[in-house]
Amino acid sequence: MEFSRRDTLALGLGAVALTVLPFQVSAAADDAIASFTGGADMADTGLTLTAPEIAENGNTVPVSVDAPGAVSIMVLATGNPTPDVATFNFGPLAAEQSASTRIRLAGTQDVVAIAKMADGTFARASQAVKVTIGGCGG
Amino acid sequence: MASGVKPRVKVPKTAAAGEAITIKTLISHKMESGQRKDKEGNKIPRSIINRFTVEFNGESVIDATLEPAISTNPYIQFEAIVPEAGEFKFTWYDDDGDVYDQSKKIAIG
Amino acid sequence: MNIKAMTAVAVVLLAPTFAYADADDDTMVLNEDISMVTKTAAPAHLSDALDEVMSGWHFRSDETQAMQLDDFDNPGMIFVEKGMETWAKVDGSEGKSCQSCHDDIDSMAGVKATYPKWNEAAGEVRTLQMQMNDCRENQMGAKAWGYDKGAAINMEAALSSVSRGMPVNVATDGPAQSTWEMGKELYYARTGQLELSCANCHEDSYGLMIRADHLSQGQINGFPTYRLKNAKLNGVHSRFKGCVRDTRAETYKPGSKEFVALEMYVASRGNGLSVEGPSVRN
Repeated sequence: MEFSRRDTLALGLGAVALTVLPFQVSAAADDAIASFTGGADMADTGLTLTAPEIAENGNTVPVSVDAPGAVSIMVLATGNPTPDVATFNFGPLAAEQSASTRIRLAGTQDVVAIAKMADGTFARASQAVKVTIGGCGG
Repeated sequence: MASGVKPRVKVPKTAAAGEAITIKTLISHKMESGQRKDKEGNKIPRSIINRFTVEFNGESVIDATLEPAISTNPYIQFEAIVPEAGEFKFTWYDDDGDVYDQSKKIAIG
Repeated sequence: MNIKAMTAVAVVLLAPTFAYADADDDTMVLNEDISMVTKTAAPAHLSDALDEVMSGWHFRSDETQAMQLDDFDNPGMIFVEKGMETWAKVDGSEGKSCQSCHDDIDSMAGVKATYPKWNEAAGEVRTLQMQMNDCRENQMGAKAWGYDKGAAINMEAALSSVSRGMPVNVATDGPAQSTWEMGKELYYARTGQLELSCANCHEDSYGLMIRADHLSQGQINGFPTYRLKNAKLNGVHSRFKGCVRDTRAETYKPGSKEFVALEMYVASRGNGLSVEGPSVRN
């Protein structure tokens, strides 16, 4: 594979941009997590978050959460101007502690979900979602 | 009332007693985030569905808090147990105080 | 990090994007019922340029594709329902609804597949929206709808929805031929400061990336289309306008004779594909 000087430069800049682009987890997201968990530790297992690796448009991104035995699951978009997305509270007639919805992402970022289990413990899952910019904007 | 709001739900007509079923819901709503500006540069005020609840014969299935990051025409899918014949009640709460609801009966069979 | 290493990183990071650009081989079954034709041999008039015509559905991600497979998941169906309500609603001085003359909207199955088409009495090629407005003004005594505006798009989507699965079949000969040829000329004419024709992107370059997006063949069998970008139904002429604007040209207006001709020509490039509208695109 051969690259011209110009290609190399463009690709190099692309790599730099990609490493910088993902938004940092905001202080607001940290606050939201702290108020949901009360600062408790979060397990890495017990909660599945499903979101596309690449979203074709940030306006409508399908996400699903599933945490058997949870009483509630909070979803956060850590790179949005306000990170809150939704909190699902499951009643006794929920067959599974799972839900799917469609969300808005302001840019490439981590989507985070936190589940509160019936025994008072917490679990956390996150997924990086790349939000692509359109071709023409037309 | 926000204009053009219409709730839709998809529930099977029958289920076995104790069966888990998938329910899909969608309400046509702008979900104005409060982040956008109009042509004159003024902020368009937030106007969203902020809560969605589902009950079956008076008992809770799901109660969701929704934020402006939920897409236009909010779509929510979840799983419910049907212990007996009865009625699902779906309720959406609008920022402007309006409440939209819809009911669906389900038979055991 | 030296330039070579950075390049290597970039190649690794970009590699999945390239692989992702081609049209996929998924099959579309609507509502677990209707098998849709989304790839087929190009119509004879196009055989010099393309072997196969493909729906824009093949150029979308799995998530976007899935939204179109079930009428409940497809947000475009919200607008179809609105159109169907309008179908049965009396409007105008004559006390008629669409239904007064045409019965149930299901009886219109197949109509969308043939438009734009020649109207003998009027001596012109008409799009479906033009025909709808003819009905409104001359049969119902109602006001014409604005081109590609909400009410017109909702009705066009409702009419399209009852034709889904039927093959696009736009006649290119007979008295309509001169309009079709005008559309073809517009399709291949470069416009704007960027000097791009429809064909440069959608015939010569489909399957490639334009910035972070895939170029499709620009087929319109899925219109009106619900775009994730603006969360509403979009009309063909509005899409044309967006494309022409992006070549940095002054655009024709939705409903203009140029766009009517272009719609006719582009629709005929998809002859044989299933009617999909309302489709879901990004």
